[in-house]
Amino acid sequence: MSQNNFRQDIPLLSIDNLTIDIPTAAGTLHAVRGISFDLKRGETLCIVGESGSGKSLTSLALMGLLGKNITPRADKMEFDGVELTTASARTMRNLRGARMSMIFQEPMTSLNPAYTIGDQLMEALTLHGSTNRKKARARAIELLEKVGITAAESRLSQYPHQLSGGLRQRVMIAMALMCEPELIIADEPTTALDVTIQAQILRLLAELQREMNMAMILITHDLGVVARVADKVAVMYAGELVETGPVDEIFAAPSHPYTRGLLRCIPLPGKTKRGSVLGTIPGIVPSLVGEVNGCTFRTRCEHASPACRGTIPLHTSPTGTHTFRCIHQPEDLETDAVQSTGANA
Amino acid sequence: MLNFILKRLGLAFLVALTVSFISFSLLFLSGDPAIALAGEGATDQDVVAIRELYGFDRPMLVQYASWLVNALSGDFGESYYFKLPVSSLIADRLSVTMLLGLCGISFALLTAVPLGVIAAIRPNSIIDRFALFLSVAGQAMPSFWFGLILIVAFSIKLRWLPPSGTDSWRHFIMPTVVLGYYAMPAIMRLTRAGMLDVLSSDYIRTARAKGASEMRVMFKHALRNAIIPVVSLAAVQMGFMLGGSIVVESIFALHGAGYLAWESISRNDLPTVQALILVFSMFYITFTFLADVLNAWLDPRMRSS
Amino acid sequence: MTLAPSTNSVDPLLQDIVGPTPGQQLRRRFFGHRGLMIGASVVAVLLVIALLAPVIAPHDPYAQDLLARMKPPVFLGGTWEHILGTDHLGRDYLSRLIYGARVSLLIGFVAALISGTIGTAMGVAAGYFGGRTDAVVTFLINVRLAMPVVLVALAVVAILGGSLQVVIGVLGLLLWDRFAVVMRASTLQVRGREYVSAAQAVGASTPRILLSEIMPNILNNLIVVITLEMAHAILLEATLSFLGLGVQPPTPSWGLMVSEGKNMMLFEPWLVLIPGAVLFVLVLAINLMGDGLRDVTAPENRS
Repeated sequence: MSQNNFRQDIPLLSIDNLTIDIPTAAGTLHAVRGISFDLKRGETLCIVGESGSGKSLTSLALMGLLGKNITPRADKMEFDGVELTTASARTMRNLRGARMSMIFQEPMTSLNPAYTIGDQLMEALTLHGSTNRKKARARAIELLEKVGITAAESRLSQYPHQLSGGLRQRVMIAMALMCEPELIIADEPTTALDVTIQAQILRLLAELQREMNMAMILITHDLGVVARVADKVAVMYAGELVETGPVDEIFAAPSHPYTRGLLRCIPLPGKTKRGSVLGTIPGIVPSLVGEVNGCTFRTRCEHASPACRGTIPLHTSPTGTHTFRCIHQPEDLETDAVQSTGANA
Repeated sequence: MLNFILKRLGLAFLVALTVSFISFSLLFLSGDPAIALAGEGATDQDVVAIRELYGFDRPMLVQYASWLVNALSGDFGESYYFKLPVSSLIADRLSVTMLLGLCGISFALLTAVPLGVIAAIRPNSIIDRFALFLSVAGQAMPSFWFGLILIVAFSIKLRWLPPSGTDSWRHFIMPTVVLGYYAMPAIMRLTRAGMLDVLSSDYIRTARAKGASEMRVMFKHALRNAIIPVVSLAAVQMGFMLGGSIVVESIFALHGAGYLAWESISRNDLPTVQALILVFSMFYITFTFLADVLNAWLDPRMRSS
Repeated sequence: MTLAPSTNSVDPLLQDIVGPTPGQQLRRRFFGHRGLMIGASVVAVLLVIALLAPVIAPHDPYAQDLLARMKPPVFLGGTWEHILGTDHLGRDYLSRLIYGARVSLLIGFVAALISGTIGTAMGVAAGYFGGRTDAVVTFLINVRLAMPVVLVALAVVAILGGSLQVVIGVLGLLLWDRFAVVMRASTLQVRGREYVSAAQAVGASTPRILLSEIMPNILNNLIVVITLEMAHAILLEATLSFLGLGVQPPTPSWGLMVSEGKNMMLFEPWLVLIPGAVLFVLVLAINLMGDGLRDVTAPENRS
């Protein structure tokens, strides 16, 4: 871990202009378009956006787990200096599970029903090194305890179907951490779980991330979670990164109309007045099949104008860390009567 | 698990009992078995004598009960034609049929499972299409005709393989192929469908995310789950196969139980026919029972419940 | 996420782009399915040949000509008088094949009708009533599956004598298992739908619900099984006849023709190859038709 601290300021992950096209019978689906962000060791990036906005595809592309007929393109997609878009299958395999891990949103179906928890945990380790079974077993027990599973040793011989959803997600987390990865991607890790367990799992993830100094990408639509764990936020809409920046700046001064809309949809402690009506964003996401141009949010945006069909400029805040993509300047949008966020701004 | 086995065993027993009753009733299908047995040109006296000799004058259920009790102790009576105990007749012939069945199912599994797996890994590829063609054609191919074609090709034209007999392993090649191909389409389709299903599951993605190689993903993670239903199917097919051995054995003149069945049916040797139907049914019942148990054992969800 | 990396899960996004009505779609699928079209065409041609046999057949299929025995087909140096040659009794092979189509199709159709009636009644009853009825039907299916079909059919035909009626009857009484299995499963599926509950709620009688709510909705599966079991029955009849315990000579049955040709196989392999090939083509065509119908009527079951 000492080397991590040594290179703390160099981005572990650096993505520039990531594009994912999916061939379909009706034409090419431009699922992800021109995404760029950096992530340093120990940093947490939350990707926010609604279903179908390309969050999961982006993370699968990072892991090299997109389907055979889908190839991501990027000017740069580097993990600790390794260019992922051109990496060989073997290189990707050696990274996956060892230096970058992923936790999925369906704990009920993400474990192989035919093997014990122990087998699956130990496999994560034995796939990446010649550790003997005894050591792997000890590590598995250690991690199960770390993710808060009691009677860890006896769990090893249990099968997935014998565990509850919450326990299974803890096992998935333990499995992802077996090799002490430098990057962990959690794709809505709690959506399939009970509300009470959701909070526990997220707290656990955040703790482990700090403890092991991992970089984390957390995909979620829960802005409450974002407020608590994120260092940086990336807001995705219909395959594009519409706004990105440090969490404080995004919450304090949301700039893109979509981000503003999102923040209006949730009550924030101390920010939302009791009794005020929460917002909704009317309209539907446009089809991304075929030619896509201009701002894709224009069909739902209250500030939409004909200019939204053209090229959309990228604004950067004076600090250089907060960017968003819109034809309007943030000042122009102040007419937007934002009760919740405006109250505090 | 034990509960499941006991329940399943009870069902198997009931099925066996019912089958035994049906195969026994065949005797009475013709009306009076004594007349059938006496043959043409028999006098009334002959018929009465035969009726008493074989006990046909008793009520049917009584006859069934005594037949069943004897059958349970391995006594199926005496063959009308061979004039030998049916049980020893069958015992003599069964080894050939068992060997043939084993070869047949092995051949089917060894060809159909890999083909199904490859077809699932590369859907719509040439191999997938070939496998589909093979399964569609295989289902439509009359096995007796397939056997004869093989004889024409490999025994008559090429002279590579002997057309009939049981003397060496080479005698078993063509019968194995003919018997085995019958089970191939179903096994292949199920393997393919199972693999396709499993390969799109979340835990396969997990395995890949762990950094497992494609080979490991396919064989350790996918096939292990996809093969479970194939085990049951193979057992069912094995049961069907033994029942279908009558065709193959008569084409290739393999003197097994199937051939015996054909001989005894042609000669109206009812005790032998009854016993053979029961024996073949018992094989099917045993295989499916074992398959269910094996299945439950392979599937941890069932094993522990 | 909805955007999993497979093209399948993208389909919901495409649905609003596709426009035609369900009827048009069905028709398009129907005529666009190559296997179904090929299968149906071949079956139709063979059906016409069978129906018009007396008109088409160049000779009487029973007329023996002992002076013209085993004449080879045209393509093996024979004459146009007997296009496919003659058999060991000098009967015209083509004419026997044409009349044989009648036997095969008749047996296949009637046997599937009988077994379909039995199996559907059992399957629907089991699926709809459940409970004890279901247990009994499931048990009977198990018993039926445990019995070796060829063996039992051969034995029964041997005891009762091999006539067309007996063969049809035996096959009809033996081949109901797949009907029962499929109809039971389909009924179970349909039984839980809202319109069935609605009919029950307004007090419709059970026979009425079965006939007007259940049956129409499992009909597509029934048609598929009918075609597949027809093929099965045709194959079994040929097998029985080949083993000498099916349709009896001199009736022209394809299985019987293979059996009769078997003895001359060493010198005249075409005697075996031709009828077997025709049988293969018919069964293949019916299976293609059945598989195609399944694809067309239930596209969601296709992967």
